[in-house]
Amino acid sequence: MARKGDVVIDIEKCKGCEVCLAACPEEVLALSNEVNSKGYHYTVKVNANCIGCANCAVVCPDAVITVYREKK
Amino acid sequence: MSENNIISPENLVYSKTEVMTDRVLHYCPGCGHGTAHRMLAEAIDELGIQGDTIGVAPVGCSVLAYYYFNVDMQEAAHGRAPAVATGIKRVFPEKYVFTYQGDGDLAAIGTAETIHACNRGENILIVFINNGIYGMTGGQMAPTTLPGMKSSTSPRGRDVKTMGNPLKITELIAQLPGTYFVTRQSVHTPGNVRKTKRALKKAMEYQKLNKGTCFVEIVANCPSGWKMTPVQSNKWMEEHMFPFYPLGDIKVPE
Ligand SMILES: Cc1ncc(C[n+]2csc(CCOP(=O)(O)OP(=O)(O)O)c2C)c(N)n1
Ligand code: SF4
Ligand code: SF4
Ligand code: SF4
Ligand SMILES: [Mg+2]
Repeated sequence: MARKGDVVIDIEKCKGCEVCLAACPEEVLALSNEVNSKGYHYTVKVNANCIGCANCAVVCPDAVITVYREKK
Repeated sequence: MSENNIISPENLVYSKTEVMTDRVLHYCPGCGHGTAHRMLAEAIDELGIQGDTIGVAPVGCSVLAYYYFNVDMQEAAHGRAPAVATGIKRVFPEKYVFTYQGDGDLAAIGTAETIHACNRGENILIVFINNGIYGMTGGQMAPTTLPGMKSSTSPRGRDVKTMGNPLKITELIAQLPGTYFVTRQSVHTPGNVRKTKRALKKAMEYQKLNKGTCFVEIVANCPSGWKMTPVQSNKWMEEHMFPFYPLGDIKVPE
């Protein structure tokens, strides 16, 4: 079993580009139906399958995502 | 979703580096400039040289790069960043000096400055963002625009018979004796982003050796100029840009 992870998404900074969605191996992320104050649909978690790999945060052009992973 | 205690400081594995400021980037959604900035900032952070780094910003979409890097920055006139960086490095030879430039800036209006700084072997790092287009001014054709590629000034695609051939300036400068390390990378997948950071770190470390110019090209997307979604543009880049601008090291130190 992979270690469990979690992400914190700064939704006000998100521009809804979907680059993080494409990079997530666990299909944890999706775009919201709502928009932020800039009018962008933002990234949200849709399940608890995050493994803390940080792929999403690494490819996010706007440094929106912070990643955590439980210790062994 | 997260009824857990995973989100706590000791479990932190990734957060924005302090070498980038907290300003919201002005770039379009999905634009590679933001990721390229962050990798350079992380390289500076990991080498512990934040206080000793001076950057030079270009004209182009990244004209405001000085807002985002938490290091001393200087703006240059269009294309002149390598000349400005030359002056800074010669006055402060112990500092780490970089330029950050788009393809219009570096390979069109600034061709002379680029080639001569590299040929003199200035001990600077040149970061070259090649998105094959003038992003800032509305997606005009650049020297780097691919054959057949549409732009606002080549709406039926670049016809090399009348519009000339794209310029592989990175291969060109790799021929010059003044360059020490020349590589081409991208920032569109997690693996490529990590490789780009390693290349930028190496390039900054080499600056200590005083062996010549380090040149890191990053092939990047311009979703607005290319008129695609960010995800489509990354795919298009793989299919069309990389065959013409293959990724990998072009000149490595012996
Ligand atoms: C002397 C001068 N000539 C032309 C311009 C108009 N201009 C601004 S940015 C730019 C090209 C930018 O393209 P690039 O360097 O590829 O950067 P990008 O926006 O694609 O990142 C041009 C031609 C200018 N600002 N100054
Ligand atoms: S850390 Fe990895 S698994 Fe978790 S959301 Fe990001 S990409 Fe998906
Ligand atoms: S990559 Fe970043 S800006 Fe783009 S949708 Fe994901 S979190 Fe938002
Ligand atoms: S115009 Fe192109 S290069 Fe400029 S910010 Fe938008 S996507 Fe990026
Ligand atoms: Mg450009």
